[in-house]
Amino acid sequence: MSQAAHLDKLPPEPEKATLEGRNKVLGFWLFLGGETVLFGTLFATFIALRNSVLDGPTGIELFSLSITAIATFILLTSSLTSVFAIQAMHHKNIKNMLTWLGVTVVLGLGFLVLEIYEFYEYVAHDGFGFTTSAFSSSFYALVGFHGAHVALGVLWISLLMLQIKKKGLTTVTAPKIYVASLYWHFIDVVWVFIFTIVYLMGKVG
Amino acid sequence: MAHSVKKYRGLMDWITTVDHKKIGILYFAAGGLFFVIGGIEALLIRLQLMFPKGTFDILDGQTYNEVMTMHGTTMIFLAAMPLVFGLMNAVVPLQIGARDVAFPFLNSLGFWTFFFGGVLLNISWFTGTVPDIGWTAYAPLSGQEFSGTGSDYYAIGLQIAGIGTLVGGINFLVTIINMRAPGMSFMRMPLFTWTSFITSGIILFAFPALAVGLIYISFDRLFDANFFVTATGGNAILWEHIFWIFGHPEVYILVLPAFGAISEILPTFARKRLFGYSSMVFATALIGFLSFMVWAHHMFTVGMGDIANALFGVATMLIAIPTGIKVFNWLFTIWGGKIQFTTAMLYATSFIPTFVMGGVTGVMLAIPPADFQFHDSYFVVAHFHYVIVGGIVLSLLAAAYYWWPKMFGRMLNETLGKWSFWLFFIGFHLTFFIQHFLGLWGMPRRVFTYLPNQGWDTANFVSSIGAFFMAAGVIVILINAIISIKGPKAPADPWDGRTLEWSIASPSPEYNFKQLPLVRGLDAFWLEKMDGKKEMTPAEPLGPIHMPSPSILPFFMSLGLFIAGFGFMYRGYEFESAFMNNLFGYNIIAIFGLAITLVCMFLRSVYDDHGYHIEVEELQKEG
Amino acid sequence: MGQGSNPIDPKGSVAEEQYGLILLSLGIMILVTVVVFVLYFYAIVKYRRKPGDNTIPKQVEGSHKLEIIWTVIPMILLFILAVPSVALTFSQDVDYSDDPEVIQVKATGHQFWWEFEYPDLGIYTAQDLVLPVNQRVQFELTSSDVIHSFWIPAMGGKMDTNPGMINKLYLDTPAEPGVLKGKCAEFCGESHALMDFKVIVLSEEDYNAWVEDMQTPANTTVSADVQSGEELFKQNCMSCHAIDAGSPGLGPNLKGFADREVVAGFLEMTDDNVYKWIRDPAYFKGDRVEMPGLFLEDEQYQDIAEYLKTLKLE
Repeated sequence: MSQAAHLDKLPPEPEKATLEGRNKVLGFWLFLGGETVLFGTLFATFIALRNSVLDGPTGIELFSLSITAIATFILLTSSLTSVFAIQAMHHKNIKNMLTWLGVTVVLGLGFLVLEIYEFYEYVAHDGFGFTTSAFSSSFYALVGFHGAHVALGVLWISLLMLQIKKKGLTTVTAPKIYVASLYWHFIDVVWVFIFTIVYLMGKVG
Repeated sequence: MAHSVKKYRGLMDWITTVDHKKIGILYFAAGGLFFVIGGIEALLIRLQLMFPKGTFDILDGQTYNEVMTMHGTTMIFLAAMPLVFGLMNAVVPLQIGARDVAFPFLNSLGFWTFFFGGVLLNISWFTGTVPDIGWTAYAPLSGQEFSGTGSDYYAIGLQIAGIGTLVGGINFLVTIINMRAPGMSFMRMPLFTWTSFITSGIILFAFPALAVGLIYISFDRLFDANFFVTATGGNAILWEHIFWIFGHPEVYILVLPAFGAISEILPTFARKRLFGYSSMVFATALIGFLSFMVWAHHMFTVGMGDIANALFGVATMLIAIPTGIKVFNWLFTIWGGKIQFTTAMLYATSFIPTFVMGGVTGVMLAIPPADFQFHDSYFVVAHFHYVIVGGIVLSLLAAAYYWWPKMFGRMLNETLGKWSFWLFFIGFHLTFFIQHFLGLWGMPRRVFTYLPNQGWDTANFVSSIGAFFMAAGVIVILINAIISIKGPKAPADPWDGRTLEWSIASPSPEYNFKQLPLVRGLDAFWLEKMDGKKEMTPAEPLGPIHMPSPSILPFFMSLGLFIAGFGFMYRGYEFESAFMNNLFGYNIIAIFGLAITLVCMFLRSVYDDHGYHIEVEELQKEG
Repeated sequence: MGQGSNPIDPKGSVAEEQYGLILLSLGIMILVTVVVFVLYFYAIVKYRRKPGDNTIPKQVEGSHKLEIIWTVIPMILLFILAVPSVALTFSQDVDYSDDPEVIQVKATGHQFWWEFEYPDLGIYTAQDLVLPVNQRVQFELTSSDVIHSFWIPAMGGKMDTNPGMINKLYLDTPAEPGVLKGKCAEFCGESHALMDFKVIVLSEEDYNAWVEDMQTPANTTVSADVQSGEELFKQNCMSCHAIDAGSPGLGPNLKGFADREVVAGFLEMTDDNVYKWIRDPAYFKGDRVEMPGLFLEDEQYQDIAEYLKTLKLE
């Protein structure tokens, strides 16, 4: 069976074509519900400890809104490109799907580079390490946890791109792509909250 | 189309199985093992407290605190949780007419992470650094400055076990939403399935909070973070909030399936449908919702202030309303029935008054000014043992006797069953009833000893005697379980059951239902029997059945976490050999462990599991 | 039972009010329990299946009327309970820190002993909390290490002492002089069980005399037979233990030590126990007790004990 003929037989929403696929999508939505509680706890901790700066620097002294604004822009754009990838998947256009996934990964990497640079500056120049104060511990826990999620997402989507190249778009691989994009949207939304609560509110004091 | 099926035997079969029935048995076995360990710890506690200080001190303060901590932690996380999960695995897919759970692979992963987490925690007995901080692990006592490596065992052991629980919760939510048999609408689901559903939802929203809290403890201890360290601006009370935001729902995670089991067993042996089914469902959902609103009632004495105390107090009292609805619905289920007192029914009926006694003291504890007196006294100890042993354990034992034939295909001995019941039941009340009074007489909890002549000596002695009765009861249960291996074979429907699991063979075949059943109402199988039929009407023609392949990956993924756990725990430890110091100090062990897990995840993602089919001829051969 | 020092034998208005609520809730709960028990025992006796009876009972779906009854009646009962509960929650959470009529005491939990400071009187003491009869006392609670909980069962409920935070709690003292038990109620480590203290309730005059005694500086000249003990004490103990009530010290203040009822919160005050305790505190309260072993000779411990016995109030 040729690739094209195979694609023709693929239903319009391949991620929901099988029970396994539907289970995976629903299960992943629920998982994101659990993740919400996880980040909620991290946020609550940060809000409780954000003023415990001891002798270390405060948010007002540290944060540079220009860098985080660029990071925000990059990550939000990557959410959009992952939407394009899903649209391409629904049109069964594997080439476009892979391209948009690739763009998403590159943008994710860009975000990570900015974040690592930001952390490096804090540690090397501002004396703001993980153990400096309760504020710093809660800051790195929250933002770092998010960063780890982005890094995992980049690895995951890259792995899925390779799989698509080998196995093609099937009712097995489509749900994987779909939940990966759900995941990507989720970490974007979390970032919007981080940007608001950590950086904007931190800059206001 | 022939498929070559990888089939393992013996130990490999158990390690690689993704069959929910076998995983249920694994949960039962592991949970039972930890229950016995926790029980031995309980006996040590009662032996130590049998006499006042200076007469018969078998444990010193440090050892007692270790035993007390491990008793609580083991019983909640390693005994009650897996026994509940074991039941859910054994029963829920059968009750909803499904061939499997939604994620068989994750189901296996859930079991193995729980198991390795529990093993890690208990290895502390052999390394000599046992958690000694109470099962609540309050900071700063659980921090670097005030406790040793035992606290790392606590934080990392529970972290690993918690992953399994979360995975299991998601699995059952999806299973129940997506995999119900044709005709099985939500309002036709048996109550045990309903309570498992709500419980899974609570797990989903409660366990991540615990995970974050445990990460904080580990970060504070291993990486010098400052979350709960007062001296560096951390906040010790924050841990209490995080712990109880998880910890209070945890009580309902355990007790709701217990309610569900009672709601199955009473109708069966009273031969009468559950009274007020829809209000039972409603009450379950309401309890699940309220369970997240009341955590701070564990913290009235923390100094939150009058407004918070009053709000949380009143919110807590509200839980009495849906719980009361349940109690009266149970009473009116047996009212007018034809009650047959099997062992399962003895346990189930004795649950009602016992649980009510635990419930009413809960309302008393919800009154903040009164709680100032009750808090951390033996009154609280009595209360939560009435809820957890009198409520959860009695109903788990009822459920074990009830579903044993379906799980193992053998009947338990009824005479031994009744012996076990009376020993356990009398022992339970003897142990814990008098502890209410100890609390009112001012005895604090978690004390390794008490001075004589405070009016507590006799009561403690009586309480300890009761513990031995309970132990005797448990021994009889174990004997009964062991001899049931050679016991009489169980028929498909030994109790004249009402729900779908009794419409298939005992033990059920690996595919559960040859043809998915058509469900026509609540108590689906009972309806068919009342119409004079012997079995369910099939909803589909006979066809080949697709099954998932067994896999060793969940075992290794959990093993990887287990190894990584040790790597993190001992990264700052000073070993005698430089080699070991390098191995742990440079996180080599931790990275190695995580690598095992990640490689397994990679393999799982890359190699698709096509499973195998059981062909029609095979199905017909089995009859 | 309970030797007159427990929550159900209340002394002082705070404990009495709390006891009242305990009784009210207990009454309502017994009522509920009795109703359930009566229905329950009636049902399990009346509706047993007779041997050979294979009939199917009537399948009842439920009853709206009954369900409304057992929803509404508990609501009413809870309302009856909630109103006084909330009222007392608010009325007992009052801060008398600025009230000159009220005795101010700062209580600090340590692993595993209690420090009491009377800021208005300039007195520090440990283990024995001395109070006059019929007085309101405002406590300011904190901890120097882990979380403890300050509990005098006969006088009222407990309140946690949190490191880095201050909690306020007021209690009323009994009408009669006497000795009450105080306890740590929050698990705080190895010797949590032994972290007791005593509340000595004195008549107005005795209390005033006690205050005066405490404020009098320690006698600097000691009799000859305990001079070596005093010398050893100065060398080994003074850096942590003050013998004047005017300063806190790292360890328990020892002013009036020999007048206390117990050593280390739980050992009977005998010569032998004082000696044993200072020789090896870790034996009694575990390795986390901050008081170090001193590596002295046996006689030297005896000498210190002899000296400590002279630390009496005038």
